[in-house]
Amino acid sequence: MRLNLENFTKCFDGTPVIEGLNLTVEDGEMLALLGPSGCGKSTTLLSVCGIYRADGGRILFGGRDVSALPSQRRNVGVVFQNYALYPHLTVEENIAFPLTVQKPRPSAAEIARQVREIAELIHIDALLGRRPAQLSGGQQQRVALARALVRKPDVLLLDEPLANLDAKLRLEMRSEIRRIQLETGITAILVTHDQVEAMSMCDRVAIMDKGEILQIDSPTQMYRSPANRFVAGFLGNPPITFLEGRTGPEGRFSMEAGLTLPLPSHLRGMPSGRPIALGLRPEHFGHGGQGQATGRVTFVEPQGREMLFDVQAAPGVTLRSIQPTRDDVSIGDEVTWKVDADRMLAFDAEGRRL
Amino acid sequence: MTRNFALFPLMVVITLISLPLMVMYGFLILDTVTDAPPGALWPDEFTLRHWRFLWDMSAAGNVWKATLNTAVLALSMVAVVVPVSSLAGYAIARLNLPYRRFFLGGILVMHAFPAVTLLIGVFFVLKFAGLYNTMIGVILVKGALMLPFGIWIMKGFYDAVPWEIEMAGVQDGASRLTVFRRLILPQVKPGLVALSVFAFLDGWGEYLLPRVLAPGSDMTVMSVLLNGLIAGDDIGYDFNLFKAVGVFYTLPVIALFAIFQNRLMTIFGGGTKG
Ligand SMILES: Nc1ncnc2c1ncn2[C@@H]1O[C@H](COP(=O)(O)OP(=O)(O)O)[C@@H](O)[C@H]1O
Ligand SMILES: [Mg+2]
Repeated sequence: MRLNLENFTKCFDGTPVIEGLNLTVEDGEMLALLGPSGCGKSTTLLSVCGIYRADGGRILFGGRDVSALPSQRRNVGVVFQNYALYPHLTVEENIAFPLTVQKPRPSAAEIARQVREIAELIHIDALLGRRPAQLSGGQQQRVALARALVRKPDVLLLDEPLANLDAKLRLEMRSEIRRIQLETGITAILVTHDQVEAMSMCDRVAIMDKGEILQIDSPTQMYRSPANRFVAGFLGNPPITFLEGRTGPEGRFSMEAGLTLPLPSHLRGMPSGRPIALGLRPEHFGHGGQGQATGRVTFVEPQGREMLFDVQAAPGVTLRSIQPTRDDVSIGDEVTWKVDADRMLAFDAEGRRL
Repeated sequence: MTRNFALFPLMVVITLISLPLMVMYGFLILDTVTDAPPGALWPDEFTLRHWRFLWDMSAAGNVWKATLNTAVLALSMVAVVVPVSSLAGYAIARLNLPYRRFFLGGILVMHAFPAVTLLIGVFFVLKFAGLYNTMIGVILVKGALMLPFGIWIMKGFYDAVPWEIEMAGVQDGASRLTVFRRLILPQVKPGLVALSVFAFLDGWGEYLLPRVLAPGSDMTVMSVLLNGLIAGDDIGYDFNLFKAVGVFYTLPVIALFAIFQNRLMTIFGGGTKG
């Protein structure tokens, strides 16, 4: 079911945390709300499910305004960060709970059938008799997911669902959650501060900062073409390197520290003397291109398949390069590597993309 | 296993310190079933005559009636304090009440307030309301005085239940009341059990309020009856009878502690284990 937030506003104690936010999640789409801690992701989520009342604007489920409805009548499934399983109930009773409070209450046989069906989908049919305390983190996560999905909600909300799992389980649950979302075809919002999660699990990503959505795009598009400096800096690991400087004559860019590079070709016509910032991703340094930079290798980080190099190209200016593992470069070496100038991202003094 | 070794010296110290107490309890029980020559420490004769109060109402008054009265008072404390505390504690812990801070502060102050100072005022209020010299009056006053403690304890237990459980319940489509009944109450059960036992014991041991507010002979509770045994005008108290009645009065307390000792600890730990 399609979900709309129109001019959504939420205040705490009179100060707005989110002001005039607009967001559309298409039917069957999984959208990530990605942003640093404290930017208002959870607040948005809890307002969609009705635990917080919006202070302004409308929330629409499939075109129907639900802003005034209490949680119980919104039909939203939520998976909380700490799973919030009911510790005194078995897994089966946990999953059945949403059905047992329905009016009219389905028959016991019907409840058992639906619980079994969802348990099979989520691969927890062997755990039904256990209590939450006897489950691993990943299993608890699955139970929480089953409980949220059992009454076939219009929208599924996941608040940092993987934050409490260890690295291996996180990888596994990442694809599991996506599989279940695709199989049920449910509209879902995933809240996370982890870019890898957002990019790998979702159809589209909405980047939030300070209560505002800065950009909504597909993961690839967002990575290639960020709308502003915040988005460019937030996505990418290892992160992008920003170089502050001015446009020079003949389509060049120069920094006070002495480094000069060609501008990306679409900016070569810019008048000189303008303050701009260039963003250089590590995969665009040391792999070909029209520009080049020379410097001393100050740091090498082997990562197995790849290696990360820090190169001091000018006093106080460190460029970062990621390359397939090689043995011929070590700390202290002087290197001259190509810079792919056309793939660099340029931003004006206000952080807008040029 | 090494932990037990570390505990061993501690246990020796505790045993030594509590030894005098143990000896006194030992003699208390011993004395109720024996007679000793005047001035002697060790008894020389076994007897059940100190327990005659159980069937001979002239020995210590109507013990069974007093036991019944005490039980009524104690059970009423459970019936009043536990439901009110579990609801009020929840409201204070979770609901967005108006004047919440005021209530919280009020409860703390009342908890610390010495009840004796209220006695004269309470006496006049009960007289005015026609509840003086009734068990209802004593129950109401005693219950009211115990509520701050009960509410505070229950609030602590509710505070330990994660918010998300409640949110999840509401999200699953349950009303606040259903959430409270089916999801929250089961998680504070250790608190309810402990508070019930405490309320019962508090009512069982109460002396002052029944003595002052319900002095009629119909309303005599065990503590008052026990006091009457040594506070009489006649000289030559029967100390062994006094001790026997005392042991009889204490038995339910010991039984309750034996049954619930683990659960009672949760009130101080505030945990929700088990
Ligand atoms: N119940 C609340 N009362 C007051 N302020 C809150 C409350 N919940 C969140 N906030 C504030 O709103 C902002 C956004 O919080 P939140 O939505 O939890 O961020 P996150 O993106 O990390 O989930 C934060 O600055 C936080 O301090
Ligand atoms: Mg959050």
